[in-house]
Amino acid sequence: MNDWIDAAIALVVLGNLSLLGTSRLVACIRILALQGLLLGLLPLFFHADDLTLRVVLQVTASTISKGIVFPWLLTRAVRGADERREVAPVVGYTPSLLIGGALLGLALWLGGRLPLPGDAESEFLVAVALNTTMVGLFLIIARRMAITQVLGYLAMENGITTFGLVFAEREPLLVEMGIFLDAFMAVFVMGLMVYNINREFRHLDTERLSNLTD
Amino acid sequence: MILLIASLALLLGGGAAALAASRRDRLRNGIVLGSLVGASLASLPVAIVTIARGESLALQWPWSVPLGSFALGLDPLSAFFLLPILVLAPLAGIYGVGYLRAWQGRKNLGASWFFFNVLVACMMLVVVARNAVLFLVAWEAMALASYALVVFEDERGDVRGAGRTYLVATHLGTGALFVLFVLLGQPAGSLDFADLGAGAGSLSLLFALAVIGFGTKAGFMPLHVWLPEAHPASPSHVSALMSGVMIKTGIYGLLRILMVLGAPPPAWGWTMVAIGATSGVLGVLFALAQHDVKRLLAYHSVENIGIIALGLGVGLLGRSYDQPAMAYLGFAGALLHVANHALFKGLLFLGAGAVAHATHTREIDHLGGLLKRMPWTGTTFLAGSAAISGLPPFNGFVSEFLIFLGALTGAVTLGGAGAAVGAVTTGALGLIGGLAAACFAKAFGIMFLGEPRSRHAADATEVGRSLRVPLVVLAAACLAIGLGAPFVVAGLDSVVVAAAGLPPHDPAGRALAGPPLRMVALGSAVLLALVGALVLARRGLLARRTITTALTWDCGYAAPDRRMQYTAAGFAQPLTSLFRFALRTRREGEPVRGLFPARASLATSTPDPMHREIYEPVFAAVGRLFAKRRWVQGGQTQLYVLYIVLTLLVLLVWELS
Repeated sequence: MNDWIDAAIALVVLGNLSLLGTSRLVACIRILALQGLLLGLLPLFFHADDLTLRVVLQVTASTISKGIVFPWLLTRAVRGADERREVAPVVGYTPSLLIGGALLGLALWLGGRLPLPGDAESEFLVAVALNTTMVGLFLIIARRMAITQVLGYLAMENGITTFGLVFAEREPLLVEMGIFLDAFMAVFVMGLMVYNINREFRHLDTERLSNLTD
Repeated sequence: MILLIASLALLLGGGAAALAASRRDRLRNGIVLGSLVGASLASLPVAIVTIARGESLALQWPWSVPLGSFALGLDPLSAFFLLPILVLAPLAGIYGVGYLRAWQGRKNLGASWFFFNVLVACMMLVVVARNAVLFLVAWEAMALASYALVVFEDERGDVRGAGRTYLVATHLGTGALFVLFVLLGQPAGSLDFADLGAGAGSLSLLFALAVIGFGTKAGFMPLHVWLPEAHPASPSHVSALMSGVMIKTGIYGLLRILMVLGAPPPAWGWTMVAIGATSGVLGVLFALAQHDVKRLLAYHSVENIGIIALGLGVGLLGRSYDQPAMAYLGFAGALLHVANHALFKGLLFLGAGAVAHATHTREIDHLGGLLKRMPWTGTTFLAGSAAISGLPPFNGFVSEFLIFLGALTGAVTLGGAGAAVGAVTTGALGLIGGLAAACFAKAFGIMFLGEPRSRHAADATEVGRSLRVPLVVLAAACLAIGLGAPFVVAGLDSVVVAAAGLPPHDPAGRALAGPPLRMVALGSAVLLALVGALVLARRGLLARRTITTALTWDCGYAAPDRRMQYTAAGFAQPLTSLFRFALRTRREGEPVRGLFPARASLATSTPDPMHREIYEPVFAAVGRLFAKRRWVQGGQTQLYVLYIVLTLLVLLVWELS
């Protein structure tokens, strides 16, 4: 059973790296969807012996939203905006990959040192959670287009979900619901925003939006 | 205490209701006046009884704010500072209803009245708060509400500038107060006033912080720059309230902190005397050089705060040198002057507002001859002028007299140091009094006497009743304190004893003040009787004669012109040129040349040198410094996120390594 978990975690890490390395938006969305599915299904492995209704509901809600609804919303936004690629990111793709490697190392190091209450299901889970969060934040920082900001936000949300997996038993349902609602609203609102920004300004460059201030 | 809370609730509720009824003028005015008058009537008896009995009330509710508690207290000192608020606020409200009628339909008056009520409620809360967090919250809300009132005419650029100056000044002051209260709260780990105490740190540092923090609000001389900007910019009833009572919260705060700090070293007293002398003399000098009547009054606020500081200085020195009589008289004078200034400065600002209302100008040089056209305003303005110049039979004389008496007592009983105090204080007070009298001779003379200098003044008519009533009430109060001086000072006994930190029932100062005050009151009564007799005699003599009126400025000319009258600058010129070194008045124009001069002109202006030569360069330098760091905050969201992430990562790594 643990091998399956580790394999899933390895896939998530690979997904993180490819998020950093690809410019095609639809590919990014698919990677995120895959991550979402994997992370959504993980609780099933943890609780293979003692499946409760709560776990099942959680898994269903999370896989449907992250694996199907969010990708669908975002793909629609990308198609509507008619911009398939992030052409000029703040940090280029090769440097992004290098930084991604460094972040992975940092996450592993931190994950090993971070004191946690109780025993984790997998020793790498914390490291992966940290790494996914960092990659999400890095995407927000290093990309210009509004849609990639949303993607970064979703990656970060995936990281937080992974953290949640570590404490699956301890986390109150309310907190889970809160995070979930947060992500849902963010994607919903940002999806609309992306669509409207594009319609209004004929581009999706957030740097040029700062001209609206001052 | 419950009445006090009810008053606060009434004020805030009234303000909110006024906001809701913003468009219905009658209803809104009714609500505002009802809440102001109601709050005043409910709280005034409480304050008076507290002062008379010399007792304290306290109330403490828990509050979820860290280190905060909703602790209120009413001791004689708080009650005393409540008095001017409760007297002036409803009067300014009545006046404001008439004054703001001109803006009806053009401005959101509901918002203005909301902030007015909030301001009054916050001032009350400031003087009764017994917890530093509550105090600072009320203090900040007071500053923000008054800022909103100052920028009432926000379509004018100079008003916005004045508001900004005020906002910056008040926040710098509040910054000092934050540090002060943190330092005071440290030893006991609590910010309730009862637990405040000086820790290991230097007491003088705390004193300096209090002087800077509260002095900015009060308007001590180098920190006064916001006063002459903000007071002319705001509507008159707001200027009256701000100048009459809001700046006194600074004095209250200083007194409260002095009570916490305990026995003062002589240096503090000397500091206050120095501040008082500087603020007083320079304040009145700058007032003398102004052409805008409200700006002139604003500088007089600086002057009067200087007089109060002189009184405090004398009182503190009395405590340092263990001279209870001197301490008593100094504090009594300072405190009484707080109340007096609220009355006569409120009166003068309202009077100036009435003039501006009737003539649509604040330039003294455009006015003239208004006493005939506006007898009520003119007479009450004259009463206020006499009071602020410290002339009997009005109240200004009594408080300044007490400070004189304190300083002289010190000089007589103390020897060396006392003689120095006496010389500085009496010298400064004398100079201030004389210059103030000259200044108001100028202001009153140019505005109300002579012939109208412009169309504005010629077409003026007396203002409506809602503007007149507060003027008359305030003038009567000024006169009443002047005539009832011995009773008033005796009544304030508990306040003075508390503020001065003297043992109660110490008769030294009271015994010393009693007989001369009775003489003062008697003299004032005689003076008043003489004036009354003269008026009656004149009326009797003129009763059966025909009365002809002639030009006021005749002087033997065949065809006198109104432009032959003194101008404000001309009238003050002998004095302003004497103090040229301090004022640095700018003169522009063409001088008179030749035997048959053709064209000549003169324009003078006296901008505040502190503002121009200290604050402006400093703020410009700070601005340039920060402009170079603008790239840090360039408006890129990505960069901001990077800052946050880097901070978090560094903290995480630091914690785990």
